Amino acid sequence: MNEPRVAVVGSGPSGLYTVAALLAPGQPLRVDVIDRLPTPYGLVRYGVAPDHATMKTVTRVLAKPFAQDKVRFVGNVEIGRDLTHDELAPCYDAVVYASGTERDRGLDIPGASLPGVVGAGDFVRWYNGHPDAAGTDFPLDAEQVVVVGAGNVALDVARVLARTADELRDTDVPARVLAALACSAVRDVHILIRRGPADVKFTPAELFQLSELADADVIVHDGGGGIDDPALAQDKRVRLNLKTLRALAGAPDRGRPRRIHLRFFSAPTEILGADRVEGVAVRRAGREPHDARFVLPAGLVVTAVGFRGAPPDGLPFSEAAGTVPNKGGRVVAGRAVVPGLYVAGWLKRGPSGIIGTNRPDGAETAAAVLADLAGRAVPARPDIVELLATRSRPTSDWAGWLRLEEYEGALGAADGRGRVKVHDLESMLRHCAVSV
Amino acid sequence: MPYVIAQPCVDVMDRSCIEECPVDCIYEGGRKLYINPYECIDCGACEPACPVEAISQDRAVPDGQEEFAADNLRFFADPLPGRAEPLGHPGGSAALGPVGLDTELIASYRLGR
Repeated sequence: MNEPRVAVVGSGPSGLYTVAALLAPGQPLRVDVIDRLPTPYGLVRYGVAPDHATMKTVTRVLAKPFAQDKVRFVGNVEIGRDLTHDELAPCYDAVVYASGTERDRGLDIPGASLPGVVGAGDFVRWYNGHPDAAGTDFPLDAEQVVVVGAGNVALDVARVLARTADELRDTDVPARVLAALACSAVRDVHILIRRGPADVKFTPAELFQLSELADADVIVHDGGGGIDDPALAQDKRVRLNLKTLRALAGAPDRGRPRRIHLRFFSAPTEILGADRVEGVAVRRAGREPHDARFVLPAGLVVTAVGFRGAPPDGLPFSEAAGTVPNKGGRVVAGRAVVPGLYVAGWLKRGPSGIIGTNRPDGAETAAAVLADLAGRAVPARPDIVELLATRSRPTSDWAGWLRLEEYEGALGAADGRGRVKVHDLESMLRHCAVSV
Repeated sequence: MPYVIAQPCVDVMDRSCIEECPVDCIYEGGRKLYINPYECIDCGACEPACPVEAISQDRAVPDGQEEFAADNLRFFADPLPGRAEPLGHPGGSAALGPVGLDTELIASYRLGR
């Protein structure tokens, strides 16, 4: 009897928690994890900030399924580019898309397309050494930087910009990024937050980290309304954030070389500049005084106002929600469930939550897959690796990733650092021992 | 700088945090849950999940509960009462199951009411 074959497209947390849940009951099953890069872990490797090294050790858990022979990693394959969905589907009894959302939501204000305005996704991919950013450089020659957004990504960007090169030396950022950060001219990072202190979506631990920066002061601009009493907040997350904000607001200005400004009730209305960004016009939406406007000079504007899903090849997609319509992970077209097709992670629920959110999310999708496969006789299927071998695009496997990982470790050791990422695709494939 | 579980969990053990932990590093003792500092990735997912607000970062434990930070480590670093070996890094609480034992501090802890 043939074992059912499941493809999981995307090897970030949502994909790999789905794989772990697929394997947990011990049913006969073969799983291929397909990624457009030769490296696994998605946003753990390329999204989580480099100074969150402990959080990146979640990879120890995410890697576990690959210890089993029935799980394969098929890297350097992008569905829609190297293989269409219609070519992929016949190879499997179930296909789970967990490929996330990679496009930045833009700012819809005048001047947003000026040079010097960048999406947080692009900026994060740059400092995290994503191969898509291998040709991008951010010179960091501006003293004043504006970051727009009230989530963890805005905090990550601001924190990385406020860190000293010494603080980031023992991280995995590529050498060229470390060099750019070492000669950074940045002095002030202004985080523009549309609403008030009780409304921010920061994870409390991430906000608290601002109080631990070695060389930066944090200045809280509460918009004139003060910071709400933490004791009155119902939600624990809000209460913790308010506590941290009050402590930050009460801390003395220590005259450090860099400053992070948390500007509440501040909405950008226009990006100013002739040939490139020179400043941001901001409307104060605070309680008092009403409708004040001011201009912040800025040489770099990073917009962290969320991500949008790109429709995966051959799947229904809701532009409004930025997700693939689904019921508990089963993809829905019109009103009907599409047999054998599933989603997990950001494609399923939208770009929100933290790494851990993907564990129950992936478990739900895996349960749907297993329930639909239960008791079904499955036909013999073509093998995707054999199919791809007939194409010009080379694929990489788990052993190849382990070779690249070992090389990155050696590269770091040679420089007195932990690990240093290889960031261009050709070198990555070479170190995976894939012939290109 | 891991998260730790302090006094409010004693004899409560709601277990909501166990569902949230992405690395399955929250272990069940007899009277209390313990976060394994060797395995915790410092992500903070458990903190808002706790209905009795027993969880915080080890450097932000509420006043008067500081001893619980070191005690979380002891649960894994020292042999538990009646055992020869420490728990160490079991690699996941679901596979290990409830431990059913506590550190000396917790086993003999008297809740003041």
